[in-house]
Amino acid sequence: MTNFIDRRLNSKNKSTVNRQRFIRRYKSQIKQAVSEAVNKRGVTDITSGENITITKKDLNEPVFHQGSGGIKDRIHPGNDQFTTGDHIVRPPQQQGQGGQGNASDSGEGDDDFVFTISKDEYLQLLFEDLELPNLEKNQLDKITNYKTVRSGYCAEGAASNIDIVKSLQGSIARRIAMTADKRRKLKILEAELTLLAQDRHENTLAKNKLITAIGSLKDKISKVPFIDSFDLRYRHYAKQAVPTSKAVMFCIMDVSGSMDQATKDIAKRFYILLYLFLTRTYETIDVIYIRHHTQAKEVDEHEFFYSQETGGTIASSALELMIEIMTQRYNEKEWNIYGAQASDGDNWADDSPHCQQLMHDSILPKTRYFSYIEITQRAHQSLWQQYAQIADTDNTFSIEHIKTVADIYPVFRALFKRKKVQAA
Amino acid sequence: MTKRERLDDSSDWTFAKLEQYQSEIERVAQHYRLDTYTNQIEVITAEQMMDAYAGVGMPIGYNHWTFGKKFIQTEQTYKRGQMGLAYEIVINSDPCIAYLMEENSMAVQALVMAHACYGHNSFFKGNYLFKSWTDASSIIDYLLFAKKYIADCENKQGIDEVEACLDACHALMNHGVDRYKRPQKISMEAEIKRQKERESYLQSQVNMLWRVGADNEKEGTKPKATFPTEPQENILYFIEKNAPLLKPWQRELVRIVRKISQYFYPQKQTQVMNEGWACFWHYTILNHLYDEGLVTDKFMLEFLHSHTNVVAQVDYNSRYYSGINPYALGFNMFIDIRRICENPSEEDKLWFPDIAGSNWLDTVHFAMENFKDESFISQFLSPKLMRDFKLFHLHDDSDKNYIEVGAIHNQGGYQKIRTMLSDQYNLSNLEANIQIINADVSGDRSLTLRYIPHQKVSLADSKDEVLKHLYYLWKFDVKLLQENKHGVDEIIAQCPKPDELAKKKATL
Repeated sequence: MTNFIDRRLNSKNKSTVNRQRFIRRYKSQIKQAVSEAVNKRGVTDITSGENITITKKDLNEPVFHQGSGGIKDRIHPGNDQFTTGDHIVRPPQQQGQGGQGNASDSGEGDDDFVFTISKDEYLQLLFEDLELPNLEKNQLDKITNYKTVRSGYCAEGAASNIDIVKSLQGSIARRIAMTADKRRKLKILEAELTLLAQDRHENTLAKNKLITAIGSLKDKISKVPFIDSFDLRYRHYAKQAVPTSKAVMFCIMDVSGSMDQATKDIAKRFYILLYLFLTRTYETIDVIYIRHHTQAKEVDEHEFFYSQETGGTIASSALELMIEIMTQRYNEKEWNIYGAQASDGDNWADDSPHCQQLMHDSILPKTRYFSYIEITQRAHQSLWQQYAQIADTDNTFSIEHIKTVADIYPVFRALFKRKKVQAA
Repeated sequence: MTKRERLDDSSDWTFAKLEQYQSEIERVAQHYRLDTYTNQIEVITAEQMMDAYAGVGMPIGYNHWTFGKKFIQTEQTYKRGQMGLAYEIVINSDPCIAYLMEENSMAVQALVMAHACYGHNSFFKGNYLFKSWTDASSIIDYLLFAKKYIADCENKQGIDEVEACLDACHALMNHGVDRYKRPQKISMEAEIKRQKERESYLQSQVNMLWRVGADNEKEGTKPKATFPTEPQENILYFIEKNAPLLKPWQRELVRIVRKISQYFYPQKQTQVMNEGWACFWHYTILNHLYDEGLVTDKFMLEFLHSHTNVVAQVDYNSRYYSGINPYALGFNMFIDIRRICENPSEEDKLWFPDIAGSNWLDTVHFAMENFKDESFISQFLSPKLMRDFKLFHLHDDSDKNYIEVGAIHNQGGYQKIRTMLSDQYNLSNLEANIQIINADVSGDRSLTLRYIPHQKVSLADSKDEVLKHLYYLWKFDVKLLQENKHGVDEIIAQCPKPDELAKKKATL
């Protein structure tokens, strides 16, 4: 007896749960590897997964087993030169292997354990516990999102929505109601018939009469239809408006001549992280890209990351453009507005107080959160000092300093760390 | 005998062809008296094969990170092309489940069916170890029960708790086997029924044991009886029955891991025989079909290519050498037994007076049914085979700075090589011999174990880590002793460590 079963179409991911368990258990190591890897990647490489390396020692599942030393007797095949009693010098590496004890069973020795996580898993770990601060979800948008919810039953609808239980309940009720009268009569007649049957006399005529009456009643009862279109009930669905939060992020980047290639690279990396984080966590978010030297310009994503333009620096031009766009397109009552500015700190000296004023008077009152990052190896200049004054008093404004590529991710995490109060 | 239609030898397989080949193979297998469980042949893809790999041969496994790790490892090595997947996996259950991989060609599928569905399957049904230690009909049900029970525990206790407990059990899994006492049969219904009663019963037993201990302490006059009265080698069983503070669900987890360990124990003891038997039969059955003219030369060439790959033995000095290939040894021993029966030489008549010239089919069946690797080798390894394999014995004593060649494949060495090779497959020599010698029921509740070295081989460094796991289950001090050169017991590992203990006392 043999049965063939084709299992090829069965789910092939039986091990998914176990794989997740594995990742869950080694989360701290994997996270460490992820945050190291983020700096090693190319600027625009955002679509691939990541190789994760964990030292094998951490993964060990210890069992009691025999170690080194003692007397070991082994049989080997393929003797080509030995005779009984030969002495062989002990090969040096054998002791090392013996010490580990597990060298033979995996054949891999003490390599690190390397495996690949997918892009999604990578980003998930990268942006875990991060969020946009102060996001409010109380705005009911004009183009509100709807979700479909069940709302009772109705008498009309598409056939696919028929609710069988409800419909049959209706059918039973109707049948009971429509036949109750006839059943009652039927009971009486049947009782009479049994009485007559027990009677000593034949009573054929009366019996026949009763039998026909019973027959016609039964007929009538059976003619009541089992189910009627009248019984049908359909599940009813209604659209319900759901509150959504609309948010916009302004990304402002300095592309002036003082920003050398390395600094621009860091800024771009920062914005790519920001971009990934936003598009991944908040599906419907607007991102406005502004880059500036002496003049500011709104550009698209591609130009923002790839264009080569340079010039002098007037940071306020970008802030002014941002204010203009806000007033034109993003009413602060409907939108959660965020801003991020990256610069090397070089600015036209007279312009910095102006920036502070713009920031303080026009931007911060309307935005939920604004972050400024300064990418420089040198001492801070006027813009930082001006901004620092605001940051001291206003907690929706924060400034951070990035020196090298390695600082990007920690700074990024610091800026968007989920606040405990909000999580609760 | 009627002339049969020659079987289609094109390399792509179809279900119709599989069935054709299967029925021919089955006919031949019956001709050779192979008694099998019902076969359930499942065709799967390479990805599913990797899943099956990760489940370490359990068709239904509970969830645990270690299986995830295995899966990732398999996937990784497979993707890099460092490793091909096995052609098949077969499970000791009734019906006997065999997985065929979609990618295999027809010839390989035929090989696998003969190998797994008739070779391994008949071994599972016929060998005395499997007969008396495993219950093929109930294992699937039991695994189902285990999976569900563990999932329930995770819901109730949280994943971390369950994971920690399973980690601890896995560390002691090799010491969860009854070697001499036959375990009860397990089945799901009975298991669920009993499980509830057992929870409370076990707990009451444990309470009893520890209460008695407390009483003794009060009276203080009775001479101390050691508990357990005899050393216990089944550590997990001892824990399940006696650990003072385990919660009922933890006891059940210990039991599940123990049962699964027990289920796999015969497979560990019969690797050479089991694979040898399966190889012998795929070889014999397909050659039989060839002799009948049912399969073509083309088919046979492809089959032989795969077959010789499987049973190849590389020499000790090859860079691919990783010990004796159990497939090669087992296959050649069964072929050799047949040769001894059919064409015995003078030497064979001297060495194997019982079987030389006897009916070969009776003899191989007898060998399959009544032996395990160590006894099989010590009984049937012939001088001819030792010469063919050019076996030699290395004696490595760490006290000396050289390795000695103890014996080679010559008249003076046959007996010794046979004994040594047999010992090499003796599990009780290979696994660390550790026994529980005392649980201090009336005192500090500490648990003492003893390591008895085999041929002076010391215990590997992992012992400290394992002891931590044992401590997790026992929850009181755990000590591991070993007798030193002067015959005095020395503590070679303990948990918590003495300095931690001192700290603990200081804070008290």
